[in-house]
Amino acid sequence: MNGFARIVRRELGLALRQAGDSVVIVLFFVLAAVLFPFGIGPEPNILSRMAAGTVWVTALLAAMLSFERLFVPDYEDGSLEQLALAPIPLEFTVLAKATAHWLTTGLPLMAAAPVIAVMFGMPEHGYGALMASMALGTPVLSLIGTVGAALTLGARRGGVLLALLVLPLVIPVLIFGAASIEAAIGGLAVAPHLLLMGGMLLAALVLCPWAAAASLRQALE
Amino acid sequence: MRFFGEALSCVRGERLVFSGLDFSVEPGDALVLTGRNGSGKTSMLRVMAGLSRCAEGTVGWEDGTIRDDPERHCARTAYAGHLDAVKPVLTVRENALGWAQLNGGDEASAMAALEIFGLSDLADMPARYLSAGQRHRLSLARLPARPATLWLMDEPTVALDADSVVALNRAIAAHRDSGGMAVIATNVSLDIEDARRLDMTAGAGA
Repeated sequence: MNGFARIVRRELGLALRQAGDSVVIVLFFVLAAVLFPFGIGPEPNILSRMAAGTVWVTALLAAMLSFERLFVPDYEDGSLEQLALAPIPLEFTVLAKATAHWLTTGLPLMAAAPVIAVMFGMPEHGYGALMASMALGTPVLSLIGTVGAALTLGARRGGVLLALLVLPLVIPVLIFGAASIEAAIGGLAVAPHLLLMGGMLLAALVLCPWAAAASLRQALE
Repeated sequence: MRFFGEALSCVRGERLVFSGLDFSVEPGDALVLTGRNGSGKTSMLRVMAGLSRCAEGTVGWEDGTIRDDPERHCARTAYAGHLDAVKPVLTVRENALGWAQLNGGDEASAMAALEIFGLSDLADMPARYLSAGQRHRLSLARLPARPATLWLMDEPTVALDADSVVALNRAIAAHRDSGGMAVIATNVSLDIEDARRLDMTAGAGA
């Protein structure tokens, strides 16, 4: 087994022992979405119109909560030093971290998304696009999150700073994620939106590990 | 193969910590870094590990500096710093095995390393129940748990009881007998046979 798979397995093993962390993120996702009907009122037409946007916005906010746990615990207990000194390029370590983060956060968010869509009465044509856009968009969130988490490592109040850094960067994911669902509901072509999200995923796959590794090296210096 | 540094300077937070230091470690050697607090022992070890960059000078092996091929350097070097890198939710065995496997060791080498530091009996205990000294022993067990030529240790005797210091000395001696090298930053006199010394105060900045 190579180093990449070992780090993913290590992260998954740790996440499994601390499964509460992932559960909290998903609960936050559902709870934040549930707040909207209370604030806006129970009008079904309005809620079903809002479904796509709400799912994506709350998914982004829930993901924000999870980024701090990417590197901070490892930084504080010295594991990050040891990971940086393992004979694996730090870029691959970051990619493994992002993969494990997606498996423990993005995937559960994806699984919970249809539940929220049902609560909002989203039209049924939208579900395919919802799942496809979540499948392409949540890995982008994990990857951009590694950069934000690495940049704010060691900063005081890193969590707030992290959200301020990352939220603007994930706006394109929000725009095309919600738009793909709207397009599917309105009977328009979904593919262009999904292709753009696929493009974002590829770009993030190449650029984010590199940027995050550079800032981790800086943080460890 | 020789591990050496030439004309090393280190700047931390715009303060010159040390400058113009040279060192050289041959297979079988031990190098003890001494000097008062703040003289740059930890900085020097981190430069040797490749975690920090030195402001001037080169660190490397006979076949290339650590910047030429960081992965080769990492494969040869094991570092035990101030922080234990022990995950409280994993058992002692899982902690040791995880780091060993990531660095080319295996189950046998990890268990042997736990034995050296007297942790075999605790192997299945979650690491959150360990005392500070036991945690530190677990972090030291990372060194023999994997193949590495060079051991870098930062204050390895902190929190250790007398028996564990003996075990540590024995582990270092066994490592040197098999052609390994050890660099140890310490304030207490460790009982290491014919060790070279590098007085960090000699290179102290202004």
